[in-house]
Amino acid sequence: MALVERITPDTRGDEGPGAPSACPACIAAPSAERLAQMAAPQDARVMLSIPAAHCAACISTVESAMAAVPGVRSARVNLTMKRVSVDADADMEPATLIAALKGVGYEAHELDAGLLSATETDRQGRDLLMRLGVAGFSMMNVMLLSVAVWSGAEDATRDLFHWISGAIALPTVVFAGQPFFKSAWASLRAGRLGMDVPISLALILASGISVFETMNSGHHAYFDAAVMLSFFLLAGRYLDHRTRAVARSAAEELAALEVPRASRLLDGEEKLVPISELAVGDLVRVRPGGRMPVDGVVVEGTSEVDRSLLTGESLPAWAGPDSVVSAGEVNLTGPLILRVTAAGRDSSLHRMADLVAVAEAAKTRYTSLAERAAKLYSPLVHLLSFSAFGFWMWKTGGDLRFAVNISAAVLIITCPCALGLAVPAVVTAASGKLFRKGLLIKHGTALERLAEVDTVVFDKTGTLTLGVPELTNPGEHPRQAAEVAMALAQASGHPLALALVQGAKAAGLHPAMVSDLREVPGYGVEGQWRGRTVRLGRAGWCQAEALPVTATYLCLGEGKPRAFTFADRLRPGAADLVAALQAQGLPVRLISGDTSAAVAAMAGRLGITDWQAEALPAEKAALVADLTAEGRRVLMVGDGLNDTAALAAAHVSISPASALDAARVASDIVLLGQDMAPIADALRISRQATRRIRENFALSAGYNVVAVPLALVGLATPLAAALAMSLSSISVSLNALRLK
Amino acid sequence: MAILTILIPVSLLLGGVGLVAFFWALKKGQFDDPQGDASRILTKDYDEKPKS
Repeated sequence: MALVERITPDTRGDEGPGAPSACPACIAAPSAERLAQMAAPQDARVMLSIPAAHCAACISTVESAMAAVPGVRSARVNLTMKRVSVDADADMEPATLIAALKGVGYEAHELDAGLLSATETDRQGRDLLMRLGVAGFSMMNVMLLSVAVWSGAEDATRDLFHWISGAIALPTVVFAGQPFFKSAWASLRAGRLGMDVPISLALILASGISVFETMNSGHHAYFDAAVMLSFFLLAGRYLDHRTRAVARSAAEELAALEVPRASRLLDGEEKLVPISELAVGDLVRVRPGGRMPVDGVVVEGTSEVDRSLLTGESLPAWAGPDSVVSAGEVNLTGPLILRVTAAGRDSSLHRMADLVAVAEAAKTRYTSLAERAAKLYSPLVHLLSFSAFGFWMWKTGGDLRFAVNISAAVLIITCPCALGLAVPAVVTAASGKLFRKGLLIKHGTALERLAEVDTVVFDKTGTLTLGVPELTNPGEHPRQAAEVAMALAQASGHPLALALVQGAKAAGLHPAMVSDLREVPGYGVEGQWRGRTVRLGRAGWCQAEALPVTATYLCLGEGKPRAFTFADRLRPGAADLVAALQAQGLPVRLISGDTSAAVAAMAGRLGITDWQAEALPAEKAALVADLTAEGRRVLMVGDGLNDTAALAAAHVSISPASALDAARVASDIVLLGQDMAPIADALRISRQATRRIRENFALSAGYNVVAVPLALVGLATPLAAALAMSLSSISVSLNALRLK
Repeated sequence: MAILTILIPVSLLLGGVGLVAFFWALKKGQFDDPQGDASRILTKDYDEKPKS
């Protein structure tokens, strides 16, 4: 994508990193506040995502490559986040840096620095880490004292140790337990019984009863349990947070490709204005290589437009006076002046956004394994604890102290230490593995949903293919004709011309001597060769018969025009992926907005039998909805705006990093590299991860089955509670690490 | 048992020092890129002299 719109670093303090948008596709249209931030540029800090970075050598290579670019002051790679932050002069174009990285073999994408500054400090993560540190410190110290008590400290010594433990543990529980107290309070107010309610209750009850026991020089104090509980649960929370933070920061903040500004022509004067200021009837100039900011009608100029992101058509369409163009299309060859017919809310970009909103609303909320476990677990724990309390009150004839002790022990032992770690530990391990392979898991339940997939639907243009044409018949032309074509093609920046030059170079050809080269926007290139006018361009312009495939035509002024045909280049790993999916027994379908011929050719190449061409965005979404209605769990892989509704409607969705913002936001997983092969790994790893999560639940339930009866009959000592808690937490973490 | 009056404050103090060190490291961004820091020691870029 050569059209990286420059976003100057800004200060977006008021909005968090993942500020939720009402509808994902609204992000396709630049928001008002973003436009307001396009103020005067200062020193630029450019953030680039480098998905392929993975080793020590990568750090040196990338940093030295960046330092070699004139204007760069310093560069630092963050390997964990797979990004490089570059401090440079204010006028530094990210495209220059991206090109420099490409030169040393690293694919890079620009990140929106303004949004990132919020995630970089990552307040929430540091806050959790701080609480985790405090809980860890107290846990060690309290445990030191508790071990002394367990090994037989008596009377005054035991009481002193309990007092000291309390002095450490109480402030810790108050400080470190806050995330749990807050969310428990929130869920109680909403009338729900979340996982955090029994946790908070256990923390409060354990601390309270321990203080009471200490004051009455009792034998058992649960200070160590309270602190340990906070520590293990915070560890789970932190893992969970980090997985999400890494994914969110890289996926949602890949800088927008949409044009936030347009050049408006008013009384012959050209001025850059935000799109939101454009009104119907305004005249707008769009340069070659630029994206249409609005829907409009061409009033002046001829060119070709690339509609692939909107419709999936790989063949550029001709545009001249009175042609209708829509926002999001790319102008290829000549400058165009448009009269705005619809801007803002009414533009086709926004209509697409509405489609996504409908699909999102129809999507039933997925309840994750953890939620299902919590739903079962919370009432059960409370019931057990209260019935233990009631039973012992009745049995002992009203011994409140003993009964409360038992019910606290039950709460502490059943407390979901392991349960709190069971999911985050596995998800972290799996996401980390997939991240190293170049896949970002954006959504918390995406892995679980991916594991259930039984049908895969692909988009063609930009997803299975790179959206870059490739010359398919270089050998069919006489050398001379090919060399003339090459010379003509060199005069144009049209994607087909670029592909022709590349193909000719690969074949070892040298351009012929063609003079008076002239690009005729919308038609092709013309020149003089051996006294004859030669042309390379559209079929009609060269008096050639149009072939049903993507092609450009050469006429030498004599003889039949020659056709140079092109095919969209296959994304690396696409063929392997389709084969792997079919080998796993998953039905694979292809649905595209492109012409039948192009789609049929692609389907044939990949061995996909089930395909559909010339599909409208609504038809794509309808196909996914129909499959879902049949009870199938659909994985949708797509990149264009026309796929967005289908992506949102699917059970789980993947989009490549080169996709439009809206498509990336609507999908659950983002493919960072060009290679598609990691998708097959993702399916395998997700299934394995779900299995591990279930195993972890079984493990922690197993510990409870052993420990709860002990607690119920009053045999659970603080030592038993500590053992059960730490053993179960460690075993679920180890189980999570078994993920391959 | 009198030794406890020294040992317990000492253990708490040492733990506290560790905690303060952890806070300091956290504030300085030492935990921002654990993977990168692990790899950086393998490069020879700044073996001769530290990065200025």
